Amino acid sequence: MKRTPFGGLILLVSMGLAMLGPIVTVILWAFAVKWRYPHLLPTEWGMKYWFAMLGRETVMTPVLTSLALTSIATTAAALICWPAAYAFARLKFPGRQLLLFSFIAAQAVPKFALFVSIAVIFLKLGLVGNFWGVVLVQMLSAVLFMIWIPTAAFRGIPPALEEAAFDLGASRLRVFLFITLPQAMPALAASYVLAFVSILFEVDSALLIGAPTITTMPLLLMTLSSKVIVQEAAVLCVMIWVPCFALMMLSRRFMTARGIAQGFGA
Amino acid sequence: MLQIDAITKTYQGTPAVKDASFTVARGELVCLLGPSGCGKSTLLRIISGLTDCDSGSVKIEGVDMTATQANRRPTAMVFQSHALWSHMTVAQNVGFGLRVRGLPKAEIAAKTAAVLDLVGLGAFAKRLPAELSGGQAQRVALARCLVVEPKVLLMDEPFSALDAHLRKGLREELKALQGRLDLTTIFVTHDQEEAMELADRIVVMQGGRVEQVGPPGALYQNPSTLGVAQFIGAMNTCTTTVRQGVAEWYGLDLRMAMPDGEVALLCRPEDIYPDTMGAAARVTRVIDLGPVTKVNLMTEAGDLLTWTCPRDQAPDLGRVLTLLPRRLHAFRDGLRVGLAQSPLPAQTAGAPA
Repeated sequence: MKRTPFGGLILLVSMGLAMLGPIVTVILWAFAVKWRYPHLLPTEWGMKYWFAMLGRETVMTPVLTSLALTSIATTAAALICWPAAYAFARLKFPGRQLLLFSFIAAQAVPKFALFVSIAVIFLKLGLVGNFWGVVLVQMLSAVLFMIWIPTAAFRGIPPALEEAAFDLGASRLRVFLFITLPQAMPALAASYVLAFVSILFEVDSALLIGAPTITTMPLLLMTLSSKVIVQEAAVLCVMIWVPCFALMMLSRRFMTARGIAQGFGA
Repeated sequence: MLQIDAITKTYQGTPAVKDASFTVARGELVCLLGPSGCGKSTLLRIISGLTDCDSGSVKIEGVDMTATQANRRPTAMVFQSHALWSHMTVAQNVGFGLRVRGLPKAEIAAKTAAVLDLVGLGAFAKRLPAELSGGQAQRVALARCLVVEPKVLLMDEPFSALDAHLRKGLREELKALQGRLDLTTIFVTHDQEEAMELADRIVVMQGGRVEQVGPPGALYQNPSTLGVAQFIGAMNTCTTTVRQGVAEWYGLDLRMAMPDGEVALLCRPEDIYPDTMGAAARVTRVIDLGPVTKVNLMTEAGDLLTWTCPRDQAPDLGRVLTLLPRRLHAFRDGLRVGLAQSPLPAQTAGAPA
């Protein structure tokens, strides 16, 4: 007979609670109408706050703005960074390592300070309070994921795979489209999702560059959280969480442990 | 068919291929043989166009291809790592070369199926490379090249990652297929047994240079350099000095008709025979290899000697034998200077007093 390790069970439950607890609480709050101490569960359920939030234009506009901003910024960053990552992986040019590390160096600077100095420049260019100004700044948040993970992924593809295709008559472009890109896809998908989520939750850029005309979802969340109605913040939380979770589940096929580990140079 | 002329390639100051020249006739299978790092793979890549050369030329059917990119050359290469594309099925892998040539789908499907049948993998078309064994994967890699009907098939140590048994089987399959399709093939290997078995001719490379080109038997019987002699097959090497037509071979003076000076005398283990007038050596080990017996001996001076003899002539351990060479290859400064057929000891009749 196999004994259930009691200590292990406790550890499992407490770890599960620690990981899922906050999410479950937020979800419960989002559907609670009345939830007072000392009840363990809400006493009155309903979608009341959902209808209230969805009906309010001050809520829906930032949500849509955020989704549009994030999609555009992530996709634009991918279009610029992925070919750059390929160059980092395959071409040998002077200062390659230095340039590659400069992306980490830039990431180590406190974002807020960075954005303040950018804001000064953008002010002159008329990009402050401008949708495209925010897109441009948010792309910065994607650079680390979009350069490092794909560079490692491209580097992990054996050159013989590309050479075999080239040798059989494919042009350089076709080799990239038919061989390199599909081979790197797991890591590229991982980098896209990670960048998407980090941009979606990014607060500083919208605060400094977008204000006052552009309000994003995280900004709204900050405003709501400082008010007393817990349910409103919870509803918004679930609203942000759902697309992110869906995206991560969708890309789960690509996001193998190997794919992500490769990204960090494993 | 294929002409390689004075190819030289230097990697960051280190020469990889030096002035390499040879030709390959239509339907011929030529092996590039040499130890690792001898430049044979680099030379193959230069022929394929995947690597460029510093000087020299590659001509296929008289057309200079030196400046042509790999994707425009009528060559196809099988890689050591098989290099199959893991995201495509076997059929998609094989059909790739036709797809980039813009052939209609039906024709691609028909040709792919035919070539897969040819390599005995007709039933594997829908599989992914990950679901294949090493031998099957290498056959798909071969099929992928055959389907584009290359004028020259290039193979870069295609079987060296496989186990010995499988390697032998694939070798025979390849030879049969190559003969049937009349494929002009260059096969790179570091395994001399593989080269001897496959090749119509072997190009032996060492240190980036072409040492000797010839049919397997000729290389074995008449190596033109010390390097080739020591690389292909086993040799007993004895470094000695010729004085007035006499050279000492393992303590025994032999008559050698060659000018005075230092010389390396090489003798194959099977070219030794027992003779009462021979050099004395004690049997230190007897190894029964099945078809032949290998006998290790040590001379009085402590030199080691190997003799392969028929099984029924195997001596007892510890016995002292007297041996003479049947064919003695002489090299000076690394180059062949002569071959002594059954040289006689200096003390026999007719020897100078």
